[in-house]
Amino acid sequence: MKQNEQHLKPTFLDKTLQVLKATFNVMKPSLIAIGVGLLFGFIIMLIFNASGAFPGLIRLLTGGLGSGTKVLGDILLHAAPVILTGVALVVAFKTGLFNIGASGQMIVAGYAAVHIGVLWNIPGPLHWIVALLAGIIAGAIWGAIPGILKALTNTNEVVSSIMLNYIGTYLVVYLVKQNVYNASTAKSLNIQPSAELPGFGTLFGNSKVNIGIFIAIGVAILVHYIFKKTTFGYELKASGFNKDASRYAGMNAKRNIVLSMLISGAIVGLGGAILYLVNGTNLGTTYDLLPEGFDGISVALLGLTEPIGAIFAGTFLSYIKQGGFYMQVNGFPQQIIDIIIAVIVYTTSISVAIQLFFKHLKEKRLLKKETSLENLKGGSDK
Amino acid sequence: MTLIVQLTLVSVVPLLIVALGGLMSEKSGVTNIALEGLMLLGAFVGIWVIRELQNATNPLPMQLIYFIGIVVGGIVGGLFAMTHAVASIKFNADQIISATALNLFAPAFAIYTARSIQGAQQIRFAAAFRIEKVPLLGDIPLIGELFFQKTYLSFFLAIGILAFIWILLYKTKAGLRIRAVGENPQAADAQGINIYKVRYLSVMASGILAGIGGVIFVVTTSASFDATVAGMGFLAIAVLIFGNWHPGRILLSAIVFGFFRTVASAYSSVDFLKNLNLPREFYQMTPFVITLIVLAITSKNSRSPKALGEIYEMGKR
Repeated sequence: MKQNEQHLKPTFLDKTLQVLKATFNVMKPSLIAIGVGLLFGFIIMLIFNASGAFPGLIRLLTGGLGSGTKVLGDILLHAAPVILTGVALVVAFKTGLFNIGASGQMIVAGYAAVHIGVLWNIPGPLHWIVALLAGIIAGAIWGAIPGILKALTNTNEVVSSIMLNYIGTYLVVYLVKQNVYNASTAKSLNIQPSAELPGFGTLFGNSKVNIGIFIAIGVAILVHYIFKKTTFGYELKASGFNKDASRYAGMNAKRNIVLSMLISGAIVGLGGAILYLVNGTNLGTTYDLLPEGFDGISVALLGLTEPIGAIFAGTFLSYIKQGGFYMQVNGFPQQIIDIIIAVIVYTTSISVAIQLFFKHLKEKRLLKKETSLENLKGGSDK
Repeated sequence: MTLIVQLTLVSVVPLLIVALGGLMSEKSGVTNIALEGLMLLGAFVGIWVIRELQNATNPLPMQLIYFIGIVVGGIVGGLFAMTHAVASIKFNADQIISATALNLFAPAFAIYTARSIQGAQQIRFAAAFRIEKVPLLGDIPLIGELFFQKTYLSFFLAIGILAFIWILLYKTKAGLRIRAVGENPQAADAQGINIYKVRYLSVMASGILAGIGGVIFVVTTSASFDATVAGMGFLAIAVLIFGNWHPGRILLSAIVFGFFRTVASAYSSVDFLKNLNLPREFYQMTPFVITLIVLAITSKNSRSPKALGEIYEMGKR
């Protein structure tokens, strides 16, 4: 009797469980991907150093916690640009576009910010604000180019973005050498103190953590709001979902493509400016693409192509990167993190198929149960 | 002048081979922006094998070592490409994403493995594979000097691969099938062609060629492998597009791109270019700018395979 009553009236516990279960179901693909990534990383660690693999894995998972508050500050510091590139990728994904050009947009924006941070003399907090804005504009321009080409001549945005990654990288090396070069380090000069983003590192054991993390979270929430509540966001999504239908409904698909890439580039640009408006982070003069630009892809995918998801995914990525840094103490090269991230990206790319596979297994098992029950029945009938 | 031609050929060979690899995959309708990663992993294992063979007590002849290294690189590239093939052909993955995963994986794996095993990430080898002069052919005036002196085994291999792929794609039944699958998979399926098999094999072929190209690139331009192929894989994609998905035009565009790459690294030794006083970055940037412009102009009537990048769903019209 008592049990029945409980079934009729859901208790608070039941409700929480339901919410938790729903959250878990939403997060399942990401959790599976992270699990597969960590498993693969663990196997690789086992192959090269069997005895050290388990302590190494523990260090990887907890390294971001154990060593004082400075680490926490560093995680937040590094999370900000990663979250922003993730959000930028989400904006493009929602419009059916792939912004693989984040690397180029980020370096161009970083240069614009550093240029102003080193060479311009603007008093007080206005300095870093102008530098941030310059980064946003530079990123927006670099992002808009593939969008415009796509809208005008249907140029594949993936390929044009790849080209722009290299063009941007070479351009910035040239500009750094030309304008803000520090010959003794072969990097850009340090920015002026007034151009540094305001920090609150004293709370975190003198970490360099700054307001970038709040900006990143704010932008993510703003983008979430735009896509959920505004007509403009709805139009962007509609153009991504079905170009022809959205055009038929009177939306300007071409304008939406350009705007989506422009916004995506602007957000990456903001991330690039935040990355470089920190004392001690300088632009290099090697010809390698900026790896931070590719983190956005993993963050957007892990965050289930939702801006809010990107906040968590970006923080997670920053967290395990910190763990990977400390894993070197255990004798593991920190590239193990990049291997794990690559496997996570791969797994999310096939996650739909994986989930179908699990569902299929479940159905098969149920079917088997049913048939065996029927067999039993059939047997008793005889 | 002779020097520029010889140096340009060094850049052209890997670009041509890798771009032809991209052609194989894309003709069957599977995009492959993983060429960079495939090159890198092929180069990593291939160069490792080359170094081990060079350090053996009784080393084999140098050209044989080079050839073995190339073969190993091809096998590794082909196997690695299968992960992209499985994701994009069987599991309906977004081909850009799965290829990006490969590009992220390859350098991380190379650095991790090298550091774990030998402590450092660089793999040094003896760069002793140049053929100073091919007997007989090297004596031909001009042509002999340009193509048969100070050359590499890989130059002749590239000519062979180009001829093979050209004939394969345009003169054989298999090539017709590959192209049909890339243009109209539904129609090809109706003709009884096994779409999946054709695509698996094509993507594998592209991995093999990328791996071969990776080994060749590192061996002919360096004396150590440092977990990078310097963007050659992405440049090869540009070559493929600039070449409008046709072997002959790919050869031409590989020559154009190879020339600019060579000029970027050797312009200071040519008086005319030195006097122009342009920065090095300008020459490095040029191939990418050209590709971007060509892409923008030609995309409306590009000859890219029609079903490129599309997931094949049986029964879809």
